[in-house]
Amino acid sequence: MTKRQTKPNRRTPRAAITGIGVIAPNGLRTDAYWKAVGEGLVVLDGITRDGCGHLPLRVAGEVRGFDAASLIEERFLVQTDPFSHFAMAAAQLALDDAGIARGEPPEPFDIGVITAAGSGGGEFGQRELQKLWGQGSRYVGPYQSIAWFYAASTGQISIRGGFKGPCGVVASDEAGGLDAVAHAARAVRRGTGAVVVGGAEAPLAPYSMVCQLGYAELSTAEDPARAYRPFTKGACGFVPAEGGAMLVVEDENRARERGAAVRATVAGHAATFTGASRWDRSREGLAHAIRGALDEAGCAPEEIDVVFADALGVPEADRAEALAITDALGEYGAKVPVTAPKTGIGRAYCGAPVLDIAAAVLAMEHRLIPPTPNVFDICHDLDLVMSRARPAEPRTALVLSRGLMGSNAALVVRRADDSAR
Amino acid sequence: MTRRVAVTGIGVVAPGGTGTTAFWNLLADGRTATRGITLFDPAGLRSRIAAECDFDPFAHGLDPEPLQHADRYIQFAMVAAAEAVGDSGLDTVTQDPWRVAVSLGSAVGGTTRLEHDYVKVSAGGQRWDVDHRGADPQLHRAFSPSTLASVVAEQFGAQGPVQTVSTGCTSGIDAVGYAFHTIEEGRADICIAGAADSPISPITMACFDAIKATSDNNDDPEHASKPFDARRNGFVMGEGAAVLVLEEYEHARARGAHIYCEIGGYATYGNAYHMTGLTSEGLEMARAIDSTLDQARLDPTLIDYVNAHGSGTKQNDRHETAAVKRSLGAHAYDTPMSSIKSMVGHSLGAIGAIEVVACVLALKHQVVPPTANYETPDPECDLDYVPRTARERRLRNVLSVGSGFGGFQSAVLLTGAGGRTR
Repeated sequence: MTKRQTKPNRRTPRAAITGIGVIAPNGLRTDAYWKAVGEGLVVLDGITRDGCGHLPLRVAGEVRGFDAASLIEERFLVQTDPFSHFAMAAAQLALDDAGIARGEPPEPFDIGVITAAGSGGGEFGQRELQKLWGQGSRYVGPYQSIAWFYAASTGQISIRGGFKGPCGVVASDEAGGLDAVAHAARAVRRGTGAVVVGGAEAPLAPYSMVCQLGYAELSTAEDPARAYRPFTKGACGFVPAEGGAMLVVEDENRARERGAAVRATVAGHAATFTGASRWDRSREGLAHAIRGALDEAGCAPEEIDVVFADALGVPEADRAEALAITDALGEYGAKVPVTAPKTGIGRAYCGAPVLDIAAAVLAMEHRLIPPTPNVFDICHDLDLVMSRARPAEPRTALVLSRGLMGSNAALVVRRADDSAR
Repeated sequence: MTRRVAVTGIGVVAPGGTGTTAFWNLLADGRTATRGITLFDPAGLRSRIAAECDFDPFAHGLDPEPLQHADRYIQFAMVAAAEAVGDSGLDTVTQDPWRVAVSLGSAVGGTTRLEHDYVKVSAGGQRWDVDHRGADPQLHRAFSPSTLASVVAEQFGAQGPVQTVSTGCTSGIDAVGYAFHTIEEGRADICIAGAADSPISPITMACFDAIKATSDNNDDPEHASKPFDARRNGFVMGEGAAVLVLEEYEHARARGAHIYCEIGGYATYGNAYHMTGLTSEGLEMARAIDSTLDQARLDPTLIDYVNAHGSGTKQNDRHETAAVKRSLGAHAYDTPMSSIKSMVGHSLGAIGAIEVVACVLALKHQVVPPTANYETPDPECDLDYVPRTARERRLRNVLSVGSGFGGFQSAVLLTGAGGRTR
């Protein structure tokens, strides 16, 4: 397979990460998120949302204290669901971080927008369904057609920013978050200057939660400290979360020319499919994706300094992931530091792996591998960074993600000054 | 060396007929499949018409087990995909599964099913704290948009990149475009690409009622969809699916496959203007068209046919006419441009793929499908819209364009025999 891959040639621009924006349960800004991740703070808690108290899903990672009205103009606010509020706010943080002004960019076609979405505008949609069925079709508002659908966040970020470049929406399972970032990197390699890319979700509306109850992998534990403990004997499923992250992925040359800091590069990616809930088969699929991502990055297994694991929290899936890491990285797979900061915040579906990319870049910058909160005694042959952060010099990170509908993806990010080799 | 991408199989489920033969006959005859809604009682709605599929998922010899559990739009996709893969002559069992990808689009995914079950768990819209005890345990499959691509990947044992694309009404073109990129970039040799939607449900009809995007020609449903006609008053909802087998050109040649045409280029841009509104200039769609022509190094005068988005809303048809004139210049007036939405309605995310299949069939038959119901010229829409009757024409290079909510503007170029390729 490797010989048929198209390798980027020297003239192909490299895709740099120049901006990071996070709206997460453990932090409403990137710095707050990193502080919480580095400390291993756990914010999993009982669900407080109106209309959810009776449901058998008890614990989640809620974004609390988020004041959409102070961050997003009224005209956008009324026509969007919280999933778009999170995405728009995170996009703004990423753009600020990258030093790109929105409004009327000098070359609007040079900036694109790509988001991943796995649950859409569930709260907005439920409210309009209630109007339709409780009162009548004339009560359905004019914004239902643009708030509920998966493309809402991409469209609104494009309009709010004046960005006319390639627009995309990967409406996939969790791994779609990595696929979206890879799409952005490829768009940059094809000549787009920059892409605002990522994923943010708001799956905690009552009806959305009812829909998720069918996932056999969902944790219905009541104790937040025990609800999401991947790689342990106590693994009992995953805890959902809301929020996510947006990045600015940019042509490295363009970034340097305008004096922007190149924080990392998106060096390689691959995706595979091995069937919904076939976790035993995800071993082979994930290993194949890891090999493909390393190959595209031109990266040897030993160059990987840290792995951000998918860490589903289902014993069979955890086992498959641990074995996939060793299958793909060889003996080094048991030695490379592995972490899963998401155990402190839950899995924000498509937002989760983008949060992991953000954490990976921040880990390389802060020379610190963040811990895996709530996880103490693992039953797999992995060097999992557990109770506290580990000082290190990570230069290359591997981010893994698997989706509940069967996708596996791997993405390699490298420290900017190491990407040239 | 650039990898070329061929179309080697097509399949379709559309209003008026399942399968490419029935579909093409409808288009070539200029017949319409729009009618009063029968899928639910539309009383109380402003627009009570749609182009519905008369569809029996079990009539096509597929394994009934996965069909039974699939939502209607996924059933459409499974049947269209089976036709496309059969048409391609590919034996998917003997392919390297890691090199087989899936890229399918849908604008609204499982919303019809989500609404159906919502009514049960909310006691008919009476409670916010919905009761999970009556919920179908399979509901997560409607909730997750990736179910579409996942089910089709399992149908053929695909293990390469599998993605669902959801860019509203350009989902179908964009899914084909992503598939094109996937093969061109070397991440797969084969991609099962297309789109599906079954949006004819109370919530979707009601939300388009609310913004008066749909036609209220309820008294004459057969002639309700009037793209480019001065009397047009909105689109007519549709449903369906189309799937193409895209294949790396040398891979297709090596196995002696029939090659319908090649994908010559694809591009998408945002208008960054309005979620539902369009400017009258068509700048961004023109940019998408220009980009596809650049990729194929094709002069605009070599475009033989434009398959229009042609939804039949006032602003769309004006916008699109301006865009095509901007890209093709004076040649736009010599280029037939038609909208099959006049016949099969607007199936949101699915239609982009259905229109690409229509273009493949147009190339095959060397016939331009017409714009049905077109009678009254609009001074703002002054191109050749191929009124009512199909037209024989030498077709080599064909464009299909799409425009959708979110401001997305997409274009894809197909090059048939004798067309310019790189």
